[in-house]
Amino acid sequence: MKKKKKLLTFPSIIVLTVFAILPLIIMLVYSFQSDSGSSGVTLENYTNFFLKSVYLKLTYRTIINSLAVTIISLIISYPLAYFMAKKFKGLKNIVMILILIPFFTNQLVRVYSWLIFLQDGGVLNSFLQSVGLIEGSLGILFTQGAVVIGLVHAFFPYMVITIYLALERVDNSLLEASSSLGASKVRTFFQVVLPLSMPGVVTGIMIVFVPCLGTFVEPRILGGVNGTVIGTVIEDQFFEIYGWNFGAAIAFVLFAMVIISMTGLSRIGRRYDNE
Amino acid sequence: MANIKLENLTKRFGENTVVDRVNIEIPNGTLVSILGPSGCGKTTLLRMIAGFETPDEGSIFFDQDSVVNVPANKRNIGMVFQSYALFPHMTVEENVAYGLQQRKLSKEEIDARVKQVIDTVHMKEFQKRKPKQLSGGQQQRVALARALAISPRLLLLDECLSALDKKLRVEMQTELRKILEESKVTTFFVTHDQEEAMTLSDFIVVMNKGIIEQMGTPLEVYEKPKNKFVASFLGKANFFQSEDGTSFAVRPEKIHLSAEEQAGARQEGVITFITYSGNITSYTIECDGEAVLCEKQNVQIRENLKKGQKVFLRWDKDSEIELADE
Repeated sequence: MKKKKKLLTFPSIIVLTVFAILPLIIMLVYSFQSDSGSSGVTLENYTNFFLKSVYLKLTYRTIINSLAVTIISLIISYPLAYFMAKKFKGLKNIVMILILIPFFTNQLVRVYSWLIFLQDGGVLNSFLQSVGLIEGSLGILFTQGAVVIGLVHAFFPYMVITIYLALERVDNSLLEASSSLGASKVRTFFQVVLPLSMPGVVTGIMIVFVPCLGTFVEPRILGGVNGTVIGTVIEDQFFEIYGWNFGAAIAFVLFAMVIISMTGLSRIGRRYDNE
Repeated sequence: MANIKLENLTKRFGENTVVDRVNIEIPNGTLVSILGPSGCGKTTLLRMIAGFETPDEGSIFFDQDSVVNVPANKRNIGMVFQSYALFPHMTVEENVAYGLQQRKLSKEEIDARVKQVIDTVHMKEFQKRKPKQLSGGQQQRVALARALAISPRLLLLDECLSALDKKLRVEMQTELRKILEESKVTTFFVTHDQEEAMTLSDFIVVMNKGIIEQMGTPLEVYEKPKNKFVASFLGKANFFQSEDGTSFAVRPEKIHLSAEEQAGARQEGVITFITYSGNITSYTIECDGEAVLCEKQNVQIRENLKKGQKVFLRWDKDSEIELADE
């Protein structure tokens, strides 16, 4: 019986090995080879990355961007998840569908919609002009701001769902108990609801922040020349410049960032684990 | 601690009247059970007193103060929930201190009170644990301690023993009664278990379909139930018709059985079923097509009555309970 169960895991092991672990190993090997043609193991890709201030600046910008996306998503998602879990009853499913729409929308469609919406002379621009809030052009497209807007739209549903699930598990009798013990609604929120929903918040942060580090579609389309981040650099290395070895090295730096942030976050998450 | 008065308290959910013009007045320090089958409105009644539901009509008075418009967190009511509702992210101590922290008390006062209440429920050695690390009975004690810590005007217990296994439940009943008598707090105890209601309370309120069927001491409600519902919900009862068409009930333990015909026998029948349960033996006797239940204390070991045997039933006139309905 036990043997049979083990047998069932073979397909997934094979898939993982062929499509995830092997490519990673190949990439790792590439990252230690020189793009200039000389053979042998070299560290020049990594030293290049860490010694050139332009790449460090890009790394910094990538992290700041991802942080901005995470924080804005959190500000949008928490109240939404809270109202879905604790206040709306009948509306819950409709709101959930509305939130899930970006999930099911093709990435390019979503991003180009934002392009049309945000561009000078676009929908937002004409609207703001007609209400008299701005004169002339908006100038938001092809800035980091546009990138952040596009990424928030792409990622906040994940956060709504993780927080919603955590809040759903907070039993209403706990809120009543808190109230019967004399706590106001605000204190109940900060002393009971928020701490108990923290595992969902931490998972949400992880699920938004980590993939944000590696995005390149939104930065490229909505950020234009100002949108360059690590993700776009890696893409350029592979598809434009054919500097695969250097690209692989940057990818591994990104990979390290992902691992570090995931470890850190899951450590924080464990502190709130009550199971 | 306070006198509690409920006046014409009514709650409707849509078309359903869940609690229908309930009037109760409870003197200070009384332990009251609200007893009834599930769906009788007892929990809704409790939730209105706690402030979690707003009554559609009627008033709630604590002493002279009407509290209907007072929010739950200002009522100073201790509540023990069916699920205990302990805060899972806090230790036993922190749970008990929670209510005190909402009041303007010094840390020393809080610590002293927490220690005192935890001692009362014998949970001292567990005070640093989280609720998940406690057994059901222990969680129950913590929930009680948390509710008592705030020195509530009124304590509400919502079916809080029903999750425990039988042996533990009986132990907790006795202990709960002791703790509550010591703390002298007016208590409403919601239950569907008649034995629990009898053991725990000074006063029983029997509810059915949103109305109060009867109120009284356990003795009154058991010995003098007003109607068929109360008689059969609280303990067991046999129902008979007298010659003039009125109906009456007789409790099974008040029926005497004998194998020989004797003077004053009221019925005769055949034993169809015998259950021996240690302290008592129950006999089901078929009399004129009606099953009559009779229980005998096993003061001596006896096996003189057999299944299929013809027996004579006798009871005192005093044991007949006249019923109001039908």
